[in-house]
Formats: sequence, C-alpha cells, structure tokens
Amino acid sequence: MVTDHPETFHNQGPTTVNRMADLTMPLTPAAGLFTANEAKVTARDVTVHYGEKQALFGVSIDIPERSVTAFIGPSGCGKSTFLRCINRMNDTIPICRVAGEIRIDGADIYDRRLDPVLLRARVGMVFQKPNPFPKSIYENVAYGPRIHGTTTSRQELDEVVETSLRKAGLWDEVKDRLDQPGTGLSGGQQQRLCIARAIAVGPEVILMDEPCSALDPIATARIEELIFELARNFTIVIVTHSMQQAARVSQQTAFFHLGHLVEYGATEQIFTAPSDTRTQDYITGRFG
Amino acid sequence: MIALYFVLMAIVAVAAFTVGAARGRRLQAAGLRLHSLPAYHGLFLAALCTVPMMVAIAAWAPLAPRYVESSAIAALPEAARPTTGLERDARLREIVLSAEGRLTGPAAANVEAAGRAYLSAQTTSKTVLIIAGILAALAAFSWGLPRVSADFRARNRFETFTLVVLIACSAVAVLTTLGIVSSVLFETLRFFQRYPWWDFLFGLQWSPQTAIRADQVGASGSFGAVPLFVGTSLIMVIAMLVAGPIGLFSAIYMSEYATPRFRSLAKPLLEVLAGIPTVVFGFFAALTVAPFIRRAGEALGLSVASESALAAGLVMGVMIIPFVSSLSDDVINAVPQSLRDGSYAMGSTKAETIKRVILPAALPGIVSAFMLAISRAVGETMIVVMAAGLAGNLTFNPLEAVTTVTVQIKTLLTGDQEFDSAKTLSAFALGFVLFFFTLTLNVIALRIVRKYREQYD
Repeated sequence: MVTDHPETFHNQGPTTVNRMADLTMPLTPAAGLFTANEAKVTARDVTVHYGEKQALFGVSIDIPERSVTAFIGPSGCGKSTFLRCINRMNDTIPICRVAGEIRIDGADIYDRRLDPVLLRARVGMVFQKPNPFPKSIYENVAYGPRIHGTTTSRQELDEVVETSLRKAGLWDEVKDRLDQPGTGLSGGQQQRLCIARAIAVGPEVILMDEPCSALDPIATARIEELIFELARNFTIVIVTHSMQQAARVSQQTAFFHLGHLVEYGATEQIFTAPSDTRTQDYITGRFG
Repeated sequence: MIALYFVLMAIVAVAAFTVGAARGRRLQAAGLRLHSLPAYHGLFLAALCTVPMMVAIAAWAPLAPRYVESSAIAALPEAARPTTGLERDARLREIVLSAEGRLTGPAAANVEAAGRAYLSAQTTSKTVLIIAGILAALAAFSWGLPRVSADFRARNRFETFTLVVLIACSAVAVLTTLGIVSSVLFETLRFFQRYPWWDFLFGLQWSPQTAIRADQVGASGSFGAVPLFVGTSLIMVIAMLVAGPIGLFSAIYMSEYATPRFRSLAKPLLEVLAGIPTVVFGFFAALTVAPFIRRAGEALGLSVASESALAAGLVMGVMIIPFVSSLSDDVINAVPQSLRDGSYAMGSTKAETIKRVILPAALPGIVSAFMLAISRAVGETMIVVMAAGLAGNLTFNPLEAVTTVTVQIKTLLTGDQEFDSAKTLSAFALGFVLFFFTLTLNVIALRIVRKYREQYD
C-alpha cells in the first residue's frame, strides 16, 4: 500500500486540549435515548471551510454502532460536507479545510500518522448518483478486495463477490451475468452494485450520500429495505433530503441548518417532538 | 461580371428575405395565427430565389468556355481551322493572347478577328448568365410569394433546405476523399502495367533511377518497396517509443497530479511544440541530434551513420509528444469525477485509481491519440529527408541510414518530371500503399478499442 498521502489541512488547534473530557461529555439531552449501542463515530467541534467560505460550524455528534443515523436538512446545509469528513473524502478537494476532531472507535482519523487510504477501507461510501466502474459486475465488486489484497485465491475472491452481492440483495438478479458491464444495469441495480462494492472491502461504517435521489420509488424501497438489513452488521450514516426516508430507515436523526447541527436525537423524537423551532419548521415543510 | 453575379445573388437573397418576412408580419398584424414565424417565411423565400441562381451559374460554368472557344474557332477562315486537339489548343492560346492584347509580335488578321469573336462571345455568355439568373430568381420569387400564408409551413421547408445544405457540405468532404483515392489509384494501376505489382510489394531492392540512354548504369530501375516500408516502420516505432510514454505520462501528470495553475501554464507550452514547423525539427535533427548520436555511438565503439534512423525517430518522437499528451489529457479529464470518488472512497490510492479506473475508462481516447500520432509519424517527411537519408537500405538497425515512403515520394516528384515513366508513376503506387497502410492501422486500432472499451455512460 502506498502511504505517501500528504497529510491535509487538518488544524489540530485548540480542540485537542480538552479531548478526553469532550469524549465523555453527553452531547444532547436526547443522547440518553440510544445508549443501547456504543458510539462508533464521535465528532467534536468540526468546522469546514471551502476557501473563504465556512460550510460547517462546530459540529459535535456521537453516532452509535450498528444502527442507521440520518442527516437531514435543506440544500447547502452542510450535511453532505460533514458526511465526507467522516471518511476524509474532503481531502480530495484542494480548497477544503477541516478543523476539529473526528474519532472512530476512539482513534482520531485526522491524526497525522493515519493513512486516509486505510481509513476509507474501514469507512465505505455510496454516492448520490450510482457510479459503477465501467467494468464487469464481477470486477466492480472484486475491485476493493483486489486493491487491498484481502483475498489470496480466486476462489476466495469469488466467495467475497458472491457474499457482497447477496448482502446487497443483487445476487439473484446478476448471478448469471457477472461478466457483463455494471453500467448496463438499471439505476437501482447500479446503486445496489455500488453498495455491494462498498461491502466487499469489509467496512465498519457505510456512508450514504442521498443514495436514492436518482432512483424511482420502487428501487428506492428496495434500497431502504437493504439499509435496514445492513444496519445489523454495519454502522450506517445516511444523508437524505427525504424526511419520509429518514423516518422510515433511521434510528437517529440529525437536523442540519446553515452549517450548524441544530438538533440530534432519536428519530421518533425529532419527528414528533422537536425541541428547536427550526427543526419543527423544516419537518412540517415550512422551508427547505 | 461574375463578381457582379454574386453581388446580385446577395441582393436577391436580402430582398427576398425582407419581402417574405414583411409579408409574414403583415399577416400577423392582420390577426392571423401563422404556422411559422415571419422570419422563416423570409428565409424560405431567400433560399427559394438564390438556389435557381446557383443552379444557373453551376450550369453555366462548364458550358460557357465551350461556347466561347467554339465561336472563336468558328471565326477563323475554313483553311486556318485546327484539325488536331493539340493544334486547337495552340491556336486558342494565340487567340486569347491576341484578344487580351498580350500577343508579342504582329497578329495574323484572321487571329485578330477570332480574338474579337472570342471577346464578344465571352460578353454574350456572361450577359446570358446574368439575365438567366435574374429571370430564374424572379420566377422563383413570383412562385413563392403567393405561398406566404398563415398555413404555409415555411419553417419546415427551410429546415429541409438547411438539411440539404448540410448534407451537401459533408458530401464535399467524402467526395474529395474518393476523388483523391481514385486519382492515385488510376496512376498506381498505370504503374503496375509497367512494373509487376508483386515485385513492387515484395521486392527487397529500391533504386528508382531509370536511364535516359539504354547503355547507362542502372538502366533498369528496381522498385521493391519493402525497404521503404521497413524504414518507415522503424522510424515510426522509434518515434512512438519516445512520444508514447512521455506523452501519456505527462498527460497523467497534467490531469491528475498537477495543480490547475501549473497545468494552465504547462499545457500551452507543450502545445507550442506542435506549432514548430517540421523543417525546424528537421535541421535540429540533422545538425544537432544526428552528430550527437554519432559521437555518442563512437564513444561506445558503435559505428553510427551520420544520418541515422535513430536521430530522425527521436526528433520525430519529440515532435509528436503534444499530439499524444494533449489529446490524452483531454480524454483523462473527461472521465467523470464520480468514478474517481468511487475509487477513493473504497480506499484506493491515487496510483491505483489511475491505473485501474481512469486509464481503462479513457482507453479509447488514448488509443485514438496514439493513432493520430502514428499517422503523423508515418506521413512526416521533412525530418526524415534531413536526418535519415535517402538510401533505401533494408535494415532494422536504428543506427544506419534508412529512407521512408514519404521521402521517396518527395524525391521522385520534385524536379522535372516525365509522367509516363515507371519512376514517376511509382510515387503514386507508394502513396496508395501508404494510404492503405495507415487505413489498416486505423482499422486495427478501432477493433482494439471496441474490444477493450469500458463505457462509462
């Protein structure tokens, strides 16, 4: 593995001083509602700048393990930006600067010694528009195991491909045409292929950036079922513009507005008894 | 007079447009709902009136000289009329010169009379053209104007007309290609009547000197083209060994690693290379690179010809770097960012992403960039003339002098020519085979692309 990734613009400023204290601090009054799972991802005071423009203002959040956490909010509210901080995809944008602290299983992912390449193998991502590689279905899923060298034999690789496709609920549809191009599938199938591709690397966290926004209602329903299934094994963070979707699939919901994390809590509570008026306005459709 | 005709055509077009559009507007003002906008009625009328004028001049162009010439000949007295084609041409030249007053020496009375007849016939023909053109335009106009009505589908008509114009333009390109190919083909067939084609295609000896007298040295030329094609391929391979990796790697650097600032500076600079005239590359090759290679070779104990395939190939490689790099850079940039994101998000490094995702997706474009570079290398003449020599050696040794197909064509067709000797005609045969050669390369490349293409949309 090449490890010469330049350490990007992470500012280990004042937030590092009080790190341990921060980690133990309860985040919101609602945090107590989902103590069933331990926090997998913890963020403290994360700010993001794109050039001169500040996109995120001091976001702190605890994302519990093996559950679905939804980020909702109007366009441009910073929810996707924050999502991309969790696997350091923002590193690929030259003008983007991230400050603050994000930990996965207690380890700082913006640590200088941490290789973002290895991080992304643990934190998979599914994008808004299905983006299968212009390769065969098999090669799409085998891509991750190949680059990470996680399988040693062809047989093992075949197994990983099959398991991943099964977990993504795509196996029965494509098992007879694994050698055909992934780009030839329908939009919903392509998105499930992308999920299978992400699973094949063996991640712990899967980030989904509006995974259904380019799909029709039936394909969306299938992906939502799949997300529900996957939450048994993975920690899932999903950005969505559809409040119904957030209500259907997630256990926790975070509402972002103008770069601030306004409110975070159990989904039920956010949708039935939001404590912030902005959240209420948003979920009742008064803006956004 | 002819310029006047075109001015007239422009005036007719503008007038027809104005009248048509005005009429359309008047209908609109009268409260009618037009099928097409008034401007389309104008455009329709303009096209309708100019097309007959164009047809008229197209018909006139080949007919007029015939009429003018025959009336000039007819003005000669019976006895002075030419009998053979050659004689007719000579007499006509005399008449034209006399008519234009450029004849040196006194003109015979009958030639002078014929000259006057020539001039008057010319005036008549041009007058006829202009009158015919105006009449045709008027006829078209008077036919078209009453058609401008609310229901008339002027837009559809005009769009059909546009379509026909577009088809005609592409037909010009296709027909030109066909014309060039067939003209070369016929000269090639003439060559093969004088020289057996298998000796040409498979002969190993190239010495195109044909003797003027029968007892001269080298009395029989030998036209085996194999050394030329070997020389061409040798230089092409050397050039691509230089341009391929350098061009492709610089394209990868430019599109994937370089900062936008550096790229915006470096890319135009690299493209300047493509703008250097080949003759400049040629003397660079002949005066700098070739002697350097020779000295370097001597230092290593190799015998290097002062004009070597290596020198020409290296310089040609440098010349075609921009073709490879600039085009590859464009196609790599065209690979969607979503594919890069997808790959990075799975924990692949930049190098892995480039190698496994970007390059395969950009492959068709990269192959066509290479093909363009190869065509350029095969067709290049100047560098090879100056740096690789003229000797038709059959060799694969890059340190020896070789010659290429294009260089030989240039050598065969410069200077005074006799167009019925095998020596001159062989140039056409070489050109035809070269054309076939590049065509084959293109077909192979297309096949490769189709087989390994990874389509991303």
